[in-house]
Amino acid sequence: MRRDYTLRILGVVLVALLAAGPLLPRWAMFLITVSLCYGTVVLGMMLLMRTGVVSFGHGLYYCLGAYAAGTLDVLFGVSDIAVMLLAAILVTAVVSALLGLLLRKYRDIFFAMLSLAFSMILYGLLVKTSALGSSDGFNVAAKTLFGIRIAGTEFERYLIFAITVLTAFLAAVCIHKYLASHMGRLAGAIRDNELRVEYMGASVRNTIHVNYIMSAVLAGLGGALAAVSVGHIDPEMSYWTTSGEFVFVAILAGTGNVLAPFLGSFIFETIRSFAYEYSPNTWQMALGTTMLLVIMFLPGGLWSLFTRMRKAA
Amino acid sequence: MNQLVAVLIDGLIYSSWLFIIAVGLTLIYGVMKILNIAHGSLYALGAYSAAALAGYWINQGHPPIGSYAAMLVAAILVGLIAGPVIERGLLRFMYGKDEIVLVLVTYAVFLILEDFIKLAWGVDPYFLYQPYSLLGSFDVGDLTYPVYNLVLFGVAVLIGVSLAWVLTKTRRGKMLVAVIHDREMAAAMGINVSLVYFMTFTVGAMLGAVGGALTAPMISVQPGIGAETIVLAFAVVVIGGLGSLPGAALAAVLVGLVRSAAVHYRPELDLFAIYFVMAVVLIMRPKGLFSVQEARKI
Amino acid sequence: MTVVLEAKGLNKSFGAVTAAADINVAVERDSVVGLIGSNGAGKTTFINMVTGYLKPSSGSIVFGERDITPLAPRQITRLGICRSFQIPQLFNTLSVYENLLVGVGIVASGGKKWADASRLAGTPVEAVGSILERFNLTAYRDKPAGVLPEGVRKLLDIAMAMAVKPKILLLDEPTSGVSADEKFGLMDMVMQAVRAQQVTVLFVEHDMDIVNRYTHRVLAFYEGRIIADGEPGVVLDDPEVRKFVTGDARAGGGGKHAAH
Repeated sequence: MRRDYTLRILGVVLVALLAAGPLLPRWAMFLITVSLCYGTVVLGMMLLMRTGVVSFGHGLYYCLGAYAAGTLDVLFGVSDIAVMLLAAILVTAVVSALLGLLLRKYRDIFFAMLSLAFSMILYGLLVKTSALGSSDGFNVAAKTLFGIRIAGTEFERYLIFAITVLTAFLAAVCIHKYLASHMGRLAGAIRDNELRVEYMGASVRNTIHVNYIMSAVLAGLGGALAAVSVGHIDPEMSYWTTSGEFVFVAILAGTGNVLAPFLGSFIFETIRSFAYEYSPNTWQMALGTTMLLVIMFLPGGLWSLFTRMRKAA
Repeated sequence: MNQLVAVLIDGLIYSSWLFIIAVGLTLIYGVMKILNIAHGSLYALGAYSAAALAGYWINQGHPPIGSYAAMLVAAILVGLIAGPVIERGLLRFMYGKDEIVLVLVTYAVFLILEDFIKLAWGVDPYFLYQPYSLLGSFDVGDLTYPVYNLVLFGVAVLIGVSLAWVLTKTRRGKMLVAVIHDREMAAAMGINVSLVYFMTFTVGAMLGAVGGALTAPMISVQPGIGAETIVLAFAVVVIGGLGSLPGAALAAVLVGLVRSAAVHYRPELDLFAIYFVMAVVLIMRPKGLFSVQEARKI
Repeated sequence: MTVVLEAKGLNKSFGAVTAAADINVAVERDSVVGLIGSNGAGKTTFINMVTGYLKPSSGSIVFGERDITPLAPRQITRLGICRSFQIPQLFNTLSVYENLLVGVGIVASGGKKWADASRLAGTPVEAVGSILERFNLTAYRDKPAGVLPEGVRKLLDIAMAMAVKPKILLLDEPTSGVSADEKFGLMDMVMQAVRAQQVTVLFVEHDMDIVNRYTHRVLAFYEGRIIADGEPGVVLDDPEVRKFVTGDARAGGGGKHAAH
C-alpha cells in the first residue's frame, strides 16, 4: 500500500504559508487567500462528487456564508471574524439540512437542476432586497477576532490571511480523514452502485444528506472568508454561473486528494486575475476550452497527472 | 375583473415566450438525453444575429416589414450553422459518456460561445425596436397590448402544433419518437440514430435561435441574456418532464400564469415564481408533469 | 427444527400478470433450499419479496418472530437476510479489498457511522482477510472490481453478501455465467463458507446437477405457484416438475441435463 503523505504535505504547507506570510507582497497574499477560500468550496464539491452527486447550486451556500457574515456587520454591527464564521456555519448547516431533505431523493440532472433552482431563488431574493444593497451588494469589514481589535492594525491583512490558511488546513485535514474512513468508502460505493449499498444495509440517502450538509458548510466557510478578505459581497455569488465555476474547478482539479481542490483553485484564480487584466473577453472561452480538454483527455483532472507520474516512477 | 384579465393575458404571453425558448431544449433532451446548456448561447446568437441582420436591413432603407423575414432568416442560419458544427464537431464524440459529463460539455460550449458573442458583437447593448412597434397595438377593454405579443402567442402555437403533427403523423417524426423511447431498439430496427441526432440537434438549435430572434425586439440585446434565459428554459423543461413536448407546453402555461399573478399582486416574488412552481411540482411528481417512459433495463 | 423464515399466502400481480399465487413456504434453519422453475415462473419474484424489493399484493413474510413484509431492503438486510445477484452488483472502481471492507464496515459500524471501521478492535480488516481467503480472492485483492473475470465477479458478489454476516442468504443463480468446469468449485467454496457461519441458504438455479448435489430441499415454481416441495430426488422425479421445469421426459432421471 502506497504511503499517504497528504497530512504531512498539508502540515508543511501550513507552516510555510504562515511563516512566509509577512514576507509576501500584497497581491500574492491576496491571491493565496482568495484561492484558499475558493478551494474550501471546491473541497465540498469534491466530497459530493466522490459520493456520485454533482451540485450546480453551491453558490447558494457560498453566498449564504458571505451574507451571514456581512449582515452581522451591516445590520447588527457585529464584525468579529470568529462570530462571522460561526454564523456562516450555522446558517449553511441549517439550510442544507432542510434543502437536503428534498434533494436527497434526486440524482444526476434533477439534483443538479434543483440545486441550481435553489441558488437562483436566493439570487432573486437578494436582488430584490434593498436593505442589502440589491444587485450592488455591500461592503464587509471584519473588525475584531475573538474580541481583539484587528482592523486598522498592521497585522490586519496578515491575520485574515492566517485565519484563512488555518481554516483551509483544518477543513482539508477533516475531509481527508473522513474520506479515509468507512464513510468515505461508503461514498465511493454509493457513486458506483447505490442498489448494492442499500442491499448491504446502509442508507444511501442518509449518507448523501450528511455529505451534502458537510459540503454546504464548507462552501459557507469559503464564502464568509471571501467576504472578509475581499471586502465586498453581492448576489452574483449565488448566480448559477458562480456554481458552474465551482463545478469547473472541481473537474479541473480532480477528486483524487484533498490537496487537489486547493491546487486547482490556485491555478484557476491565478489565470483569472491575469485574464481579466489582459483579455476579459476571452476568459470564458479559455475556461470552456480547458474544460473540454480536461473532459476528453484527463477525466481524472489535473491530480490524475500526479498519480500517473507516481505510478510510472 | 380587469386585473384578472390582465393577469391572464400577460400570463399567456409570457407562457408563449417560455414555450418557445424551452421547446428546443426539451426536444434535444428527449431524443439525445443531453441537457444542452449551450441552448442559452444559441438563443443569444439568434438574438444578436436577428438584431444585426434586421438592423442592417432597416438601416439600408428597405421596407421595415421585411425586417421580420430578416430576423427569421438570421435565426435559421444560426441554427443551420451552429447546430451541425456543435453536434458533428464535438458532441458526437461524447455520446455514451455519463449524462452529467455531457451537461458539462454543453456548459463548456456555452462558455465558449458567450465569449464568441462578445468578440463578434462587442459588449454594448443592441436595440431593435422597429419590428416590435411596427405592428402597433390593440385594446382589450381598457388594457393595451402590442400586437407583437400576439405574434409571440401565434408562433408558440404554430411551433407546438407543427411539432406535434410532425412527431405523430410523419414517418420521420415517428422515428424520432422511437429513438426517444428506446435508442437501442430503434437502432436495432434500422433507424439511423446518428442522422436522427444530427437533425434533432439542428432543429433544436434553430428553435433556440428563433426564440432569441423573436425576443430581440423586446429587450436590449447584451451579454448575459443567454445565461438569464437558459435557467428559465431549464425550469420549464424540468417542470414539464424532461423530453416531453406537451409537458413543456403545460409547464409554460403554469409558470406563465403564476408569474403573471406574482407580477400583479406580489412583484417582489416574480423571480421566485418559476422556481417555486418547480419545487412544488417536483415534490408532487418527482419526474415532472409528464415523464417519458423509458424501457426498463433488467 | 426451527423455522427461520416463513412465507404465508404470498400473492403478487402486476396488472393481469400473476407473478406469485398463494406461496406458502416454511424454511428451516441451516437448511439449503433450491428454487427451480423456468424463467418467469416466480422464483425471482419470491426473492424480491423476501428481500423487500417488491411488496406482495397480499400475504406476509415472517423472519424469526418478526413480520418483515412492510420493511425496506435496507432494514431487511440489517435484520439478517442478504442476497446476491444474477448480474453481479459490485463497486467497480473500488478494489476487491475495498468492496468487502464496505460491507464489513457497514456491519461493524452498526448505528455508529462515524467510527473509523479500520480502527475497531481489529474486526473489519481481519474479517476481510478471512473472507478473501475463504473465497480464494486473495490474488485479486487490490484489483478494481470492474476488471475482474466474470466468475470472480460472481464470487465477489456472493462474498459481499456473506460479508454482512447474514442469517439467511439468498443466491440468485450463483452459477449462471460461470463456465461448466468452475461451477462445482464455486458452489463448494460457497457451501463451505455457509456451513462455517451457520447460514440458511436459498438459491435459484437452472442447473439440476447443482440442485441435486447441494440442496436438502427443492421448491419448484410454475406460473407463480409452487408445484412441488420436497427432497431433490423426489421433486426432480415428479412428473409435473419434469413437464414444466426440467423438460426431462425420461422416467427415473433426476434431470442430468441442465434445464432452460
